[in-house]
Amino acid sequence: MKDKIRIASGQGFWGDLIDAPFKQVTSGDIDYLVMDYLAEVTMSILQKQKNKNPELGYAKDIPALMKRILPICLEKNIKVITNGGGVNPEGCASAVIKVAKELNIKNLKIAVVLGDNIKDEIDEIISSGCELNNMESGESIIPHKEKLLSANVYFGAFPIVEALQRGADIIITGRTTDTGLTLAPMIFEFGWKNNQYDLLSAGTVAGHILECGGQASGGNFLGDWQSVENLANIGFPIAEAYPNGEVIITKHEILGGKVSFETVAEQLVYEIGNPKEYITPDCVADFSSIKLEDLGKNKVKVFDVKGFPETEFYKVSCSYESGYSAVGNLTYSWPQALTKAKAADKILRKRLEDLELIFDEIRTEYVGYNSCHGPLASKIDEENINEVVMRIAVRSNDFNSVERFGKEIAPLILTGPPSVTGFAGGRPRPSEVVAYWPALIPKKLVKPVVKVLEL
Amino acid sequence: MKKIKLLDIAHGRSGDKGDAANVGIIAYDDNGYEIIKKYLTVENVSRHFEGICFGKVERFELPNIRALNFLLNNTLGGGGTVSLKHDAQGKTLAAALLRMEIEVK
Repeated sequence: MKDKIRIASGQGFWGDLIDAPFKQVTSGDIDYLVMDYLAEVTMSILQKQKNKNPELGYAKDIPALMKRILPICLEKNIKVITNGGGVNPEGCASAVIKVAKELNIKNLKIAVVLGDNIKDEIDEIISSGCELNNMESGESIIPHKEKLLSANVYFGAFPIVEALQRGADIIITGRTTDTGLTLAPMIFEFGWKNNQYDLLSAGTVAGHILECGGQASGGNFLGDWQSVENLANIGFPIAEAYPNGEVIITKHEILGGKVSFETVAEQLVYEIGNPKEYITPDCVADFSSIKLEDLGKNKVKVFDVKGFPETEFYKVSCSYESGYSAVGNLTYSWPQALTKAKAADKILRKRLEDLELIFDEIRTEYVGYNSCHGPLASKIDEENINEVVMRIAVRSNDFNSVERFGKEIAPLILTGPPSVTGFAGGRPRPSEVVAYWPALIPKKLVKPVVKVLEL
Repeated sequence: MKKIKLLDIAHGRSGDKGDAANVGIIAYDDNGYEIIKKYLTVENVSRHFEGICFGKVERFELPNIRALNFLLNNTLGGGGTVSLKHDAQGKTLAAALLRMEIEVK
């Protein structure tokens, strides 16, 4: 057994820094590169791409990235784990195999984890008695069934562990939890059992710290943010894991950013609910048990994590079509910038009303004044504010209403309050609104499938 | 009585959980944690977010890292993908809570 392994975060979401994974494999020693590409909305985007082209449906950055890093990873024996397979892990694997052939690489094992995509089995699942009730509202999914865009189960670490046991160098999954990507190599390397809940929770906490990339190593840091050096060349976080469950969060020394008690603590509280019940398919981690010790030099020890048995359910993430929205922006300048912007909003709303358009919601915010903190924004001198952006957004099930709204923005320049600019890029077009539907499914109704492809 | 700016004793991070926002607030030291534990009550935080949070505020403690976590239900205008809000994911709400001034006895 290894006495420690180094797991590096390479991506916090699809659209993150393209060079981050390359820097992780070239700027120092690591054993694993883990990349989270999937946010809730990503699956529906990928499903739409797959509907248009059955070969797509995965994070398209992956083949180009593998072309750059695959030779390095093989030379340095770095294994790559990603959920960027999206709704088509096999398509993603084929694209990577193609790249490997171009590079003349032999003896490569690529594993895919399948079985999370339940979109085509919804009817059978419903007829077995599971109506995928919304976790927040309790409603059944049946009324939204016809408009369903995607439905994916969150698998945990163990399918990836199986792939590692079968010798995979690269593992491409569909909807795997972000935390499972990091936990899996620890289970595999240290031989942790599926009922060692404190250890599984320690790996899960490490996964939570890594899953948003640079957010744990100085990015989006609300503490002493100006103390973070060289964000331009930020090093993403690395979890140095030990068999006893202790983890040291760090980064490559030669890259920028900062790993401190404060930067790690901020990531620990990010997007959590009840800290005592951080539920994953593998365990229930108690985030209130986590202890941190700042060891200096960009090293923070994470230890004493407690955990409990997993639940009998997987979480399911569904998305469905829910109408259209559009956003328009106009910029008003001094003098009386805010007063003008408010007047423009009033005029526009009257025009929309006279046109008898149908909207579920119209929302106006003033960027530069209150679009972030609403009523908490401090009072300003309305006569003298330099400029303000009127940001108006609408949502409706009626496409024509949203489309017509887009045609009513530009005319305000010649037919509304003065000293206005900022209408470049044409009319706002209606975009499809994708609503998100979280649910639970009994674990016995779905089964992860691991396939290993050899080159 | 003295007035303390929350921004001077704590930092934090916020994000989305469906239509709820999560706001995590972390004190810089133990003394600061005693203050936020005492004064950042569900009642005070609900009042602070009037006009932003339209649901129940839930409060959780993480004493080992000197942090409190708040869930602000019914806050994000329908949630990340549906919301028309500029800050649809509540990314700036931790800073919004740090605007609070606390009168400490």
